[in-house]
Amino acid sequence: MNIQTPIKNTPAELALIDAFGERLALLPGDGEVMLKRDAAIEAIKAGLPTRRIESWHYTDLRRLLTKVPAFDGGLAAKPVAPLIEGSPVLTVLNGVAGKPVVVEGVSATPVAEKLGDGTYAPALGAQGADDAIGALNSAFVADGWLLEIADGTVLEKPVEVQNVQAGGQVHTRFAAKIGNGVTATIVERQTGSGDALVSSIDNVVIGDGSEVTWLIVQEQPDTATHFGQFNAWIGKDARFTLFVMNAGGKLVRQEIRVVTKGEGSDFQLRGVDLLHGDTHTDVTMVLDHAVPHTGSREIIRNVVTGKARGVFQGRINVHQVAQKTDAKMACNTLLLSDDGEFSTKPELEIFADDVACGHGATVTEIDHAHLFYLMARGIDEKTARGLLVKAFVAEVIEELEDEALVEALEARLDGWFAEHG
Amino acid sequence: MLEIKNLHARIADEGTEIIRGLNLTVAKGEVAAIMGPNGSGKSTLSYILAGREDYEVTEGDILFNGESILEMDPAERAASGIFLAFQYPMEIPGVATMEFLKVAMNAQRKARGEEPLKVPELLKKVKDAAGTLQMDMGMLKRPLNVGFSGGEKKRAEILQMKLLEPKLCVMDETDSGLDIDALKIVSDGVNALRSPDRAIVVITHYQRLLEHIVPDSVHVLYKGQIIKSGDKSLALDLEANGYAGVIGEAA
Repeated sequence: MNIQTPIKNTPAELALIDAFGERLALLPGDGEVMLKRDAAIEAIKAGLPTRRIESWHYTDLRRLLTKVPAFDGGLAAKPVAPLIEGSPVLTVLNGVAGKPVVVEGVSATPVAEKLGDGTYAPALGAQGADDAIGALNSAFVADGWLLEIADGTVLEKPVEVQNVQAGGQVHTRFAAKIGNGVTATIVERQTGSGDALVSSIDNVVIGDGSEVTWLIVQEQPDTATHFGQFNAWIGKDARFTLFVMNAGGKLVRQEIRVVTKGEGSDFQLRGVDLLHGDTHTDVTMVLDHAVPHTGSREIIRNVVTGKARGVFQGRINVHQVAQKTDAKMACNTLLLSDDGEFSTKPELEIFADDVACGHGATVTEIDHAHLFYLMARGIDEKTARGLLVKAFVAEVIEELEDEALVEALEARLDGWFAEHG
Repeated sequence: MLEIKNLHARIADEGTEIIRGLNLTVAKGEVAAIMGPNGSGKSTLSYILAGREDYEVTEGDILFNGESILEMDPAERAASGIFLAFQYPMEIPGVATMEFLKVAMNAQRKARGEEPLKVPELLKKVKDAAGTLQMDMGMLKRPLNVGFSGGEKKRAEILQMKLLEPKLCVMDETDSGLDIDALKIVSDGVNALRSPDRAIVVITHYQRLLEHIVPDSVHVLYKGQIIKSGDKSLALDLEANGYAGVIGEAA
């Protein structure tokens, strides 16, 4: 019905288009890779998504993305201490992969290599018209790590991947092909010090019968724009837990797209969003229960302070064949400021007739009865509030059950509260 | 130690007056029982003593060791030595009981200008106190009161009371929800805290608790006022004849 007229690009869109022209010669890959990059930048020329695109309704990217930094920030990024002491660390510093580390059962290849030889081309491109993160990243991605974990590997310690920026633009990929019967924990750090634009996409394939935990700890500075996208396909009888902690960034969108591909597979999402200042953080999940007998639980806990705005969109698609799906989603928000806001949009789309699915969302303030109880034991109001807020998110962290991980994450939490609580 | 003078208080939100000119004095070393029918204002009185914001004092005063506590917040009252054992202790998910005990004990020590307890010292104190109340240390690893039975919650309240060593203990229907064995353990815990320096206010419906915690004085609260005071024989009289007689006398 509408006649498509070319749109007038925003300054941010123009900056991206210009950056692509300047950067092109330096980006790895030709042939098919280059065709994918061209197609991706065309998608950006057509305009970043606005609130009229349903999946971007609460994050009007076209309006919110006002600044696109020059490509090279000019400063060197430094690796950070791993979340778990002694973890092998694979770094990407200012968008460039560091040295590989040797871990038994794990092979790590820089994504630049795979782009260079063209084998990474099929992984590039936007998944649909609303996939702005996919388009942005496909156009500019320069490096990252591809992990291959051999069948039966049991990792003693988590493998940590770090994407550290010191300003400028950083477009990274972490891909993992996890074999059958693997037990592994992967920690992903997204952090840095600059006024950066970061996009980072994970593509994770989990083999049959594997038990995998993946943690994304996003602690960008208040000046950074961070776009994350996590894609996973879970094999038969595999159990996969994704833990996402957002504790920074000026404008953040973390997309999560998961497909239960094998019968008997299980997906657990735990999310903690610590929001402060004048920031915008959006976590958007699309989960497909694509086969019978699969389960999922999603628990998202948000703490909103200052003028922060938060969004959680959770969509669960239960396919017609996916009988006996057991899916539950909860999003709980603690609103600590009158100027903060949080929008939650749960969606269940169910085509199978024998399933148990549910969702719930709450927005609360600190429970006054709880506060009174703690204060009646002599705990001053500030400390008592701190205990209750921390308890609200610690509940989700403690579900990880790995004591070292719980302790390390609670230390990140304490750090955030010390600064912003 | 505690003087309540012509106290009037109402529900802050809607203005209903609950306490209507209450007078009560409890001396150092005294165990005072407050009895009364449902809705007479017993629990409200305990909350007002602890400083709950939901109630507003409109007239009168509460003096603790000669000083008004009305301007103090609940934490300051607790640090000054007032302890309320809740009728319905709060379940607080995510706050480990042990961590809570540590924070509470050290907060009070800090308010009194004392050094914080080190972990081994603290553990020993908690272990000893828990032992006398026949509490399992495993329980203390769980979130505060979460999943505790009614009896366990009451024991946890007495445990806190023992550890915080308050000067004034206010016990709001501590006997409710306790079986005979638990009642005995809890009462022994309270009796062990009886001391010439400490006052205890026991709020209860029934004489039963007072067989275990024998009071020095008994006061009948009705419609927000103390309408009769006496010694422990008053409690027996109430048990035998109900509140009707006392209420009739006062009217």
